[in-house]
Formats: sequence, structure tokens, C-alpha cells
Amino acid sequence: MMRKALKRSFILFPVLSFVVIFLLWDGITRYSDWSHQVFPGPMVVMQSALDLAQDSSLLKHSVASLYRVTVGFYLAVMLGIPLGILLGRMTVAKSLINPLIQFLRPISPLAWIPLAMLWFGIGDQPAIFLIFLASFFPLVVATAVAVESINPMYFQVAANFNFSRIEVITKIVVPAIIPEVVTAIRLTVAIAWLVVVAAEMIAVQSGLGYLIVDARNALRMDNVMVGMITIGLIGLLLDIIMIRVTSVDYLKWAKAKK
Amino acid sequence: MGHVKIENLTKEYVNRRSVKRQPGDAARPGEIMRVLDNVNLEFQDGEMVCVLGASGCGKSSMLRIIAGFDTPSSGRVLIDGKEVKGPSADHIFVFQHNGLLPWMTVWQNVELGVRHISDEQEKRHMVFEFLDMVELTGFENHYPNQLSGGMQRRAELARALVVNPDMLFMDEPFTGLDYLTQLRIREEVVNIHSYIGKTMIMVTHFIEDAVIMADRIIVMGDRPTKVKAVYEMKFERPRNLETNKELAEIRDDIFLKLGVSYAV
Repeated sequence: MMRKALKRSFILFPVLSFVVIFLLWDGITRYSDWSHQVFPGPMVVMQSALDLAQDSSLLKHSVASLYRVTVGFYLAVMLGIPLGILLGRMTVAKSLINPLIQFLRPISPLAWIPLAMLWFGIGDQPAIFLIFLASFFPLVVATAVAVESINPMYFQVAANFNFSRIEVITKIVVPAIIPEVVTAIRLTVAIAWLVVVAAEMIAVQSGLGYLIVDARNALRMDNVMVGMITIGLIGLLLDIIMIRVTSVDYLKWAKAKK
Repeated sequence: MGHVKIENLTKEYVNRRSVKRQPGDAARPGEIMRVLDNVNLEFQDGEMVCVLGASGCGKSSMLRIIAGFDTPSSGRVLIDGKEVKGPSADHIFVFQHNGLLPWMTVWQNVELGVRHISDEQEKRHMVFEFLDMVELTGFENHYPNQLSGGMQRRAELARALVVNPDMLFMDEPFTGLDYLTQLRIREEVVNIHSYIGKTMIMVTHFIEDAVIMADRIIVMGDRPTKVKAVYEMKFERPRNLETNKELAEIRDDIFLKLGVSYAV
């Protein structure tokens, strides 16, 4: 019974809400004065999506966007998490670097676009740089906070068992922060995905953001909508993947904690 | 290997509370609070020592200083004639709340104490021996949150014992356990103590546990925090408060010293 109810609320209800939106959208386009050029209906958009999929440009743009997100995000993880650990563990490092991070953090990555284009030219690099910026600061801050909130008792256990500095990191700090950091990664992927589209609207000639801008210039609102829907779908997919990652087996220990 | 001498130990804290803990509390924010006032004690090698006192009397602070997790404001602690400078794997601390590392299985936790042994066979053997001693075989691959409170305590004991420490410190090891589990762990600790014969210092607020378990009972007073009484407990085991009048008298005496009368 329980299982059935769960299945219903997890699959049936979301599908239902999409169907309702679809019908509303269709109704508005049929019974409003807007032309199909300004407000294309769902059938038109689906046809355009099929056309874009057939000449594989939709796939090409999606891959281009995902590639940039992947590279920029990996860079942010590789640099941000170690820096976060350092900030969380060393008071000196924190008072040196933290003010700088808190100063740079509220500057929208989009404000960096002019400089990014000047420094890296046109192509993948400026977009990757912007994604890196967008993901780096949240990761650093979340990691530092996670490290600071580790129960001090575990460090006393470490001292009692004569842990070396490296052991304190590998056996205490890293495992202790994994649950929080995984959550931060999940949230940050969503931010990175937001930013890549914005970056592609300006700095590059490929990707889903470029697809939208290009369609707008050609006054193809149906293709604009295809771009938006694709972005939404991939974002949804990324989130589902991230949830899968967060529920892997090595986090079994943290399940009953909170 | 486990002789402890505490000389003129005093510990003061600056009160960081912004509000008074209780209406009668003397310490104001920023004021210096003395939690240990000129404590002098000596424990013999192999003794089971129980430290009793009201909560907040500084008994845990004293244990933490002996274990090297905290430093005295003045005075010193000597273990086998050497001054304590910091924590050491020779003296293992069993924490008040579960001190197992939650991201490691029971086996991995216990293995921490013998992780430097290169002979895998010997290491496995030792871990198994102590898990067997606390009756946790079959739970090697469980994470701490999958164990009951009593099992967590036993796993922590195994982790402490596998190191073969000179001394064991326990900060309220029975807190948070149900009554029967408490009695079971108590029996286990007494058995382990008579088996390994190491010095054990236990902070507790269960007076009856202290009377049953201890070779020496320290009663700490509250404000000023000095040693109020020391009892040497040379009684045969097993001890039973119901049948041994002398034990019952000591219990009543301790209750009185702590300002509560046992018989109402």
C-alpha cells in the first residue's frame, strides 16, 4: 500500500503537473491573439525540437554546454574543497583569505564576462572560467563551514590515538565533511548550469545559450523555447544524477545521524 | 605503569556565558571561574578510581587534564613521575558521548589502535580478540549508528583496550544507557579491570556504581571545588550493597557529603 502511494506521488503527480501545464499552454496559444511567431504552441515547439534533433545540432549544443560545466566544475571542486579544508582547519589561513572570498563571492559571475572575454578570448575558456567562478566560492564556503562544524571530540580521539597530520585529514576531516560537501556539490551543479547558459549567450558560438541567442536573432521563438526546455530537462537530469550520487553506500553511516 | 600524582592542581576559566547559568550563580560574564582549587591526589598503579561529585564540580575537567586534553592553570599532574604534556596513546580516553568515529565500521574503529602494526595477520588477530572480549563478534561491519548505546560503549572499550594502554580514562561511561545495560557494562568494566589490572579513572555521578566498582573513591565538593573525601575500598568482590553493611554505610556517607540524604 505504502509503496503504491509512494510510486503515485513520485511519478504520477509530477507527470500530472506537466500535463496540466502543457494543456494550459496549448489553450492559451489557441484562444489568445498572439501570433505563433510571438508565442508558439507546444505542437509547434515539439516539431522544431524534432527538426533540431534531426540535424543533431541540439545534441551538439547540449554536449558543448555540458562539457564546459564539467570542466569548470571539476576545476572548482579540485581547488575549492582543499582550500575550504585549509580555511576550516587553520585560523591564520581563514583570517587571511576569508575576507577576500567574502568580498569576491557576491560579485555575480556574469559581471566577469567582459574581463573573461578579454583574458581568454572567444571559445570554451571564458565560459569555463565563469563556471569555475560560480562554483568555486559556494564550494569553498560550504567546505569551510563543514570542517568547522566537525565535533571537536573526533580531533581529541585523533590526538589520543597519535594521528599524524595527514591522518587527521584523511581519517577525520574528509570523511566527516563528505555528507555536507556532497550536498553543496549538488546545489553548486545547479548554479553552474545556470551560469553556463548565460555565459554562452555572450562569449561563445556554441552551446544551449548560444542556441537561444541565435534563435532570437532569427526571430525563431519556437527554437528559443526548445533551448529553454532542453536546459530545464538537462538540469532536472543533473539533479537526479546528483541525488543518486548522494545516496551511495559509503554514506550509510550518516543516515541516522540527524 | 599507571601511578598518578596530582599536585596543587588548579584550573580556572574565564566565564564566556552571557547569561547566568542559575539565579544563584556567582560568576558573571567575563569573570574568572575556578573549577579546580588546589587538588592533591595520588592513585596507585592498577587502581580503579571513581571520581564523584555534583555536575559542574570540575571532575570532568580534572580527568581531561590528567589525560592531557587540557592544561592546568597551576600545579601539575605526574604519571609515573613524568609530567603530563599532552594526550598519548598510552592513556586512552573513553568519551562521555559516543567517541567512535561514525564513518568507520566497528572493525575499523577498533583497528585504529593497532594501525601501525605491519603484520596483517597479527592485527586481525588482536582486533578480533578484543571484539570477542566485549562480545561484539558478528558486528564488525556495522557502523556505530547501527549499534545500541551499550554496544557502542563496548566497541569503544574494545578500541581503547586493543592499544594496551597503561591507563584508561572514562568520562561518565554509563550516561545515556538504560538501567540493565548500565549494570551489564558496569560488570564488564569490573571484569576487564580485574583481567588487565590497569589503572582506570572513571568520572561518574552514580554513587552506587562507584561503591560497587572502585578501589578508591574521590568525592569532589562543589564551589569551592576541592577534594571533599577519599575512600579506600578494600572489599572483596563481588560486592553487594544489600548484604554488605559497610558498603551501604559508605554509600550513605557519600550521599551526605554531597548534600543529599539517601534515606528519606
